[in-house]
Amino acid sequence: MSPDRGRALSPLILVLAGVALALLVLPLVALLIRAPWGDMGRLLTSPAVGQALLLSVVTATIATGLCLVFGIPLAILLARAEHWPVLPRRLLRVAVTIPLVLPPVIGGIALLMLLGRRGLLGSVLAELGWGITFTTGAVVLAQTFVSLPFLVFAVEGALRTADRRVELAAATLGASRGQVFRLITLRLVAPGVAAGAVLCFTRALGEFGATITFAGSLPGVTRTLPIASYLALQSEPGQAIALAIILLVVSVVVLLALRDRWMPGVGR
Amino acid sequence: MTLRRGRAALAAAALLIALVGCAPQTDAGARDSGTTGARPAAEPSGTLTVFAAASLTETFDALAEEFERQHPSVEVVVNYGGSAALAQQIVSGAPADVFAAASEATMQTVADEGLAADPVIFATNTLELVVPAGNPGAVAGLSDLARPELVIALCDPVAPCGAAAEKLLVAVEIAAAPDTLEEDVKAVVTKVRLGEADAGLVYVTDVRAAGDDVEGIAIAESAEAVNVYPASPIVGSSNPGAAVAWIAMLTGLEGRKVLAEAGFGEP
Repeated sequence: MSPDRGRALSPLILVLAGVALALLVLPLVALLIRAPWGDMGRLLTSPAVGQALLLSVVTATIATGLCLVFGIPLAILLARAEHWPVLPRRLLRVAVTIPLVLPPVIGGIALLMLLGRRGLLGSVLAELGWGITFTTGAVVLAQTFVSLPFLVFAVEGALRTADRRVELAAATLGASRGQVFRLITLRLVAPGVAAGAVLCFTRALGEFGATITFAGSLPGVTRTLPIASYLALQSEPGQAIALAIILLVVSVVVLLALRDRWMPGVGR
Repeated sequence: MTLRRGRAALAAAALLIALVGCAPQTDAGARDSGTTGARPAAEPSGTLTVFAAASLTETFDALAEEFERQHPSVEVVVNYGGSAALAQQIVSGAPADVFAAASEATMQTVADEGLAADPVIFATNTLELVVPAGNPGAVAGLSDLARPELVIALCDPVAPCGAAAEKLLVAVEIAAAPDTLEEDVKAVVTKVRLGEADAGLVYVTDVRAAGDDVEGIAIAESAEAVNVYPASPIVGSSNPGAAVAWIAMLTGLEGRKVLAEAGFGEP
């Protein structure tokens, strides 16, 4: 039992927390109240909505996979950088943080500068016939760019709090590097990996600015749910709200389901 | 304890005031109280907020400077964007004094809510093909928009440029193969300017505004889709005098001159 239990919180904390919670929740409540519920069936079964939802779920899933494959090693490197000199350590941390603070549209421009047809790498790729812009691959890349930090920081946090002596013990007992990684390290940080993956997925699902800049907006190819929702806002606001509610429901379901199972202390 | 509680209440009150203060004026009362054009004689002052179609960016920037020179006590703030998005913002209570749209349909969105006080048409615009400098895709005419190997950027039909493009392509019976449908005309120009798209369909005025980064290819059939630009003071504007003065300048000699230089047609 936590020592905090039973101790009353100060009224100041309660009031401020209440304001914060209201700011987070009330806009969503308003969205739900203003939703065109009577029309929802028609709006949600339109082919455009199904297409955008499918594209969003598929690309966000692939982006999450990429984040796991490349983000876990980066998190390990970042945790190890604790013993590095100050400057390279900070530079590494800044590099991982940048997508969090950069306006996503600028992230999209930066991706174009690198991978666009006239970009540093993109011009070479285009010569080979592997143009990326305006493809579904560009959507995945934009989503991976913006969501990678969520996974890296979640896993790095788990690595920092994990008891690393277990790894040492395993190594002393003759486990190979690969065995230590698979059997010990990954299991120690599993909750962090799961939490990071969930955040990654939901961030990728909601990604808008980098996608519309780098990948464009074509139904079925690059027009994800957030972009479809933004465009619908200009012609049929009811449909935009319906689309937003799908995003909201998918995100809430994913967060609830996975956190219950994976996050120690949250699901109780 | 009482002291602490008092402080908490104070903090909460301060926050509430801050939050309420931030809220945009959406209440109908504020709108109804204003009557546009009531005092045209008085010298306008204060801030004039103009919501304008993205294709008007260069002309309205120039006109804003001229307007501020003529009316030194007015500060002009222009919000550029897709006409449909701007119309939606105005309907939702955005504090606009003037709306200048790239189509009658988007002005109608605002008029339907009773917010367009007095729409007048001040310009027309036609479409042109835009290609990156050097024309890497060897685009010659509208029929090239159907070539699958080219990267084609068009406006989405919700935007006036997209509606015009759709109308034109239907009229000339060409099935375009777009790779992206952008939300406003400037986004299409940007994609072409960066060399990411081989061709786009935009307004004549946007080609001229983009300078040497792009080339324009005139379309023989462009008269099939002529966009008209209406402007109107917004009902409930906090600066109706300046709004009326702005429209007068827009439809007057100075406005005509700047618009014609940019490539806009006369209404």
